[in-house]
Amino acid sequence: MTRYDLIIVGAGPSGLSAAIEAAKKGLSVIVFDENEKPGGQLFKQIHKFFGSKEHRAKVRGFVIGRQLLDEADEAGVKVVLNATVIGLYQDKEVVVKIGEEVRHYKGNAVVIATGAAENMVTFPGWTLPGVIGAGAAQTMMNLHGVLPGKKVLMLGSGNVGLVVSFQLEQCGCEVVALVDAAPRVGGYGVHAAKVARTGVPFYLSHTIVKAEGEEYVTGVTIAEVDGSFKFIPGTEKHFDVDTICLAVGLSPMSQLLKMAGCKMEDNPKRGGQVPICDEHGRTSIPGILVAGDVSGIEEASSAMIEGRMAGLVAAEYLGYMEKEELDTALVSLDSALDGLRQGMFAPKNRGKLVEKTEEGIDISKSLLKNGYVSDDEIERYPGVTHKKGVHPVIECTQNIPCNPCQDACKKGCISIGDNITSLPIVVDGSECINCGMCVANCSGQAIFLVDEDCGDGTATVTLPYEFLPLPEVGTKGKGLGRDGKVVCDAEVVEVKSLKAFDKTNLLTMRVPKEYAMKARFFKAV
Amino acid sequence: MNTVNDRSRDIGPFVPQPDDDMLICRCEEVTKGEIRQAVHDGMWTITEIRRYLRTGMGLCQGQTCSKLVKGIVARELGVSPTELEPATSRVPMRPIEMRIFANEAADEKEGE
Repeated sequence: MTRYDLIIVGAGPSGLSAAIEAAKKGLSVIVFDENEKPGGQLFKQIHKFFGSKEHRAKVRGFVIGRQLLDEADEAGVKVVLNATVIGLYQDKEVVVKIGEEVRHYKGNAVVIATGAAENMVTFPGWTLPGVIGAGAAQTMMNLHGVLPGKKVLMLGSGNVGLVVSFQLEQCGCEVVALVDAAPRVGGYGVHAAKVARTGVPFYLSHTIVKAEGEEYVTGVTIAEVDGSFKFIPGTEKHFDVDTICLAVGLSPMSQLLKMAGCKMEDNPKRGGQVPICDEHGRTSIPGILVAGDVSGIEEASSAMIEGRMAGLVAAEYLGYMEKEELDTALVSLDSALDGLRQGMFAPKNRGKLVEKTEEGIDISKSLLKNGYVSDDEIERYPGVTHKKGVHPVIECTQNIPCNPCQDACKKGCISIGDNITSLPIVVDGSECINCGMCVANCSGQAIFLVDEDCGDGTATVTLPYEFLPLPEVGTKGKGLGRDGKVVCDAEVVEVKSLKAFDKTNLLTMRVPKEYAMKARFFKAV
Repeated sequence: MNTVNDRSRDIGPFVPQPDDDMLICRCEEVTKGEIRQAVHDGMWTITEIRRYLRTGMGLCQGQTCSKLVKGIVARELGVSPTELEPATSRVPMRPIEMRIFANEAADEKEGE
């Protein structure tokens, strides 16, 4: 039996973060992961993350994964892959299947960072091939380069459903509908808006009646539901699809903790069976710590902070750092975590209907129901202003913890202030130089550069564009509105793909000037 | 004693439902009707259901169906799913071939 100071189960964002912190303090650390690749879900996340600099905002998930692996390597962490932990016994004995053998390890401390598994819903036909989890779709697309299907219906409007819908479109799939039984979009409005403007219709208060097909999925029927989630007869809608993607929440994979004898609770707010633990991951058993989704469903940014906390707590527990040093470190990590848990999507606001922003502005009803802010609602937000010449139009309408835009603009045109959840404002009297950094740096793809009147009856709109093939200058097509419907003719006049934009291309289209504030996407015809 | 363990409670008769033939535990091919019937046969805890029907004991080890089974049993008993204890977690946590399970690594090779 081999002994390590710290054994970590799970090499995702929280497990790796815990490993890095602990190893830097001098602990011998080993990380086991059952997958053939480390990084957990990070390598499937091709979008730019939200948050602030300290949360690695505007960096794409898979890049964060690489950074973590490099840091872990540098710190001397040993990561063992294809290593399935099959048991956690008394006195922190960890039993691992590696290759064709079973091996025993002993940890002076253990961090469980096993993450979560996808939930399923049942409907007639749910076991047909073609009904898949959103995570499976991401694995196929982003890890293996396999198209999950050609025509897809997405169930679930949380961030997972929205982000995966966008990725499916990026891969060339047609997302025929985004469906949710809830009456309101569950995820970030900016994620919904970038899907809606490509033309995906949202069906809120709808769910799946049945999947159709004998051998595999050939179609799906959805219908509207009433307040008690019963189908309303006569509201059925049919779609021809080959894939039904389910993004209906996650459940913590906490079985190892239960096996070890940690006190558990069933807490729907945290996603199901979770260990009872303090705010720094200490479970009821001294030296067994938790971090990430296994102790409550959140997202990768907070998982990384929780991981760092657990790594440091383990270091102090084993005498590798003083209590005062730990306390000081935890104060700053607490505040970083607290920063992510603010705004209208904060855990404390889960399930609540937030009707006004922190600034007292009405939240767009259309955004919650249809996935996009309507033309008559958009003017009320402080990022949407008008002036002569090119200027940023920031269609960020909900209080979410994110602020890369204010650092992106070197001219000081955009301000969020110290409160990370505040809506960005366009600073009065500032001068936009049309550099495009704000457009490329907005993780929500919600910033546009608009010249409302070029003097010849036209306007230009510069938008973030992450699809292939990239239209060439001169391509004629249509301008789509926020709702994804054709509003006008459009011609591509410039395409910029700088390294600093990190693969977000900036496409500038010329449209009739009456559509300067309406056209928000380009479709070649 | 919580509501779940009060076996003298009357939960009413088994009433067939149109979707009783829907598969819930796909690994062990257990239907919704079988789970509901099991509750009326006296299996009121997840552990009992699991021993009686083998739900959650197949390849995925309940990763897919645990929450679904819990919901069905809770509804049949008229309690909240949070009141039902989940099944015991046991080694091995993941499916493993017996020849590997029995193949302990020799001491000197460990930690390599």
